[in-house]
Amino acid sequence: MRKLLFESLTRAPLTEAPPDMELADIAALATTLGDVARRRLGRSLSIREIDAGSCNGCELEIHALANAFYDLERFGLRFVASPRHADVLLVTGPVTRNMREALERTYNATPSPKWVVSVGDCAADGGCFAGSYAVVGGVSAVVPVDLHIAGCPPSPETLLKALVALIGHVSQGARAP
Amino acid sequence: MQSMIKAMAGTPPHAHHPWPRRIVDADTWSALAAQLAEGRWTLAGLWGDAGAVHMALLDMSRGESQGELAVASLPCPTGQFPSVARRHPPAHRLERTIADLFGLEPVGAPDDRPWLDHGRWRVGHPLGITTETSGEGAPYAFLTAEGEGLHRIGVGPVHAGIIEPGHFRFTANGETVVRLEERLGYTHKGVESLMAGASLERAARLAGRISGDSTVAYSIAFARAAEAALGIEIPARAHWLRALMAELERIANHVGDIGAACNDAAFALMHAHTAVLRERVLRQSSACFGHRLMMDKVVPGGVAIDLDRAGAEGIRSLMATIRQAFPPLIELFDNTASLQDRTVGAGILSHALAHQYGCGGYVGRASGRAFDTRRDLAYPPYDSLRFDVPLFQEGDVNARLWVRIREVEQSLGLIDQLLEGMPSGDISVAIGHGPETREGIALVEGFRGDILCWLRLDPTGIVERCHLRDPSWFQWPVLEAAIEGNIVADFPLCNKSFNCSYSGHDL
Repeated sequence: MRKLLFESLTRAPLTEAPPDMELADIAALATTLGDVARRRLGRSLSIREIDAGSCNGCELEIHALANAFYDLERFGLRFVASPRHADVLLVTGPVTRNMREALERTYNATPSPKWVVSVGDCAADGGCFAGSYAVVGGVSAVVPVDLHIAGCPPSPETLLKALVALIGHVSQGARAP
Repeated sequence: MQSMIKAMAGTPPHAHHPWPRRIVDADTWSALAAQLAEGRWTLAGLWGDAGAVHMALLDMSRGESQGELAVASLPCPTGQFPSVARRHPPAHRLERTIADLFGLEPVGAPDDRPWLDHGRWRVGHPLGITTETSGEGAPYAFLTAEGEGLHRIGVGPVHAGIIEPGHFRFTANGETVVRLEERLGYTHKGVESLMAGASLERAARLAGRISGDSTVAYSIAFARAAEAALGIEIPARAHWLRALMAELERIANHVGDIGAACNDAAFALMHAHTAVLRERVLRQSSACFGHRLMMDKVVPGGVAIDLDRAGAEGIRSLMATIRQAFPPLIELFDNTASLQDRTVGAGILSHALAHQYGCGGYVGRASGRAFDTRRDLAYPPYDSLRFDVPLFQEGDVNARLWVRIREVEQSLGLIDQLLEGMPSGDISVAIGHGPETREGIALVEGFRGDILCWLRLDPTGIVERCHLRDPSWFQWPVLEAAIEGNIVADFPLCNKSFNCSYSGHDL
């Protein structure tokens, strides 16, 4: 263990530069998030992840955000264990009928102000599972969605861009008069 | 094999490849269930169909690498069939699922509670004769455990981490777990109903999204079943590219989960390092095949994308990186007493249960069940590659992690051979459809264990019925046994060492 720890002292960190933000991304997010969101969230976001019936592909990429390359926490973003501690709910999956109530209850357990970010193509409208007897079809059919991140699954880079854009706007908004 | 087919005295139906299917009567069905209970065969699958039930049996009596599979089908004109679970408990949840989805009743089944149907679908028996339901949900009677000082802890379906939804009901005496009961089905998406009537292309996309972490293995299973049904031979290069993707998927999941399990034992350093290795594998997969998880890259007829020279070089250098970085991590794992204090002796799964349930993957191989589809029902290109099937006997968390460590090493060796011997040529062939109804079956080794795919195509090539059985079906139930007598706080660690799929199980 000592050797591994010493090595990490001498080696350059793996963590990569913050993602290059294209203006289009930011513009899209700015319209998605109201000024209220920007003022209230400050520079940090507590995120509660909810799998509402995904194939677990999105979960794998959300997990990857914590690895040394993306290091989500340096941007003030962190995952929390309880909806009571969360500002943002990150919801994946086409929302199965069996998960609908659990999603509603988690949403209701999250204190306001709160924002919902839906992740992955099936979270938009059910994706390839739309039309099934077991699927409600899209997160917005159950709780109000503030931002959608597309992809099947979205790459960690896409996720990071969207979340950093969110927090970037938050801080811009906070500085605004 | 002959003996298994003899035991299935009955008539062969539609063209069914590569293993036989026989239509049997109720007596033969019950006799097969009794032989399952005796341990003569292993249950490889049990699923419903329009007015019939099917049971896939695995015969390993001829020894290592000589496995055989066969399917017995029982028509159920009265909507009933003799329960297999009455004699052979591994069939329990499968029969409850058949009752939920098809409305076929297993007569004599010891447990008649619904399983995937939580009363929320607004439809009863969605794949059989449908009925309208309120969709308001139905209460679920958990099994009881009674005694002085016992208390219950309910966990889920929304968990504290970034994991899939499921409910765990613990009954504990102080810290010690007396009984764990799982309730699953929260991620049920109705995949089998979406598959019915779908084109082969759409069904293949769905198959790749049954369990995202095993998307390559699922796609291979579906493609192989389709190719078997249609009698298509795919180019050798396609077989080899599929195996390359499958081994990359195996390494990515194994290294990631080894670290994640250590993290559940509060040893975060391992997690940090293995997460880096996992990320490197995914990045290389994306560079070579255009998708980090390689979704939709295996298709019926072959593969969707070829590997170029730069891609092969990239994988070679990735292999070198892992060979350099992985051994010191394993040394660390092996030499950290505080970690072993958690993993050794925790969550022991007995040999008897591993064999009875036919537990696949590292769960079975850590408890003395030496079964690996790549060797025992070998499919190309594994029939021409050299590799070992690591086997451990202890059955604890530690053994399950060691199986995965050894499998990473085997996969590295397999990838060397795959890059070295990769045949040139085409990567896919066109697929047509048969002039009549065709059926195919495939068993494929995913990182978690053997995935079964059974498929019936109509004369126009449309999917009539497709059933995909995740290895988790035979792993989730024994987790309940493995956790007994452990402390509640060790459950996350034990659960992670099983690492069953919720989505793959719930369908």
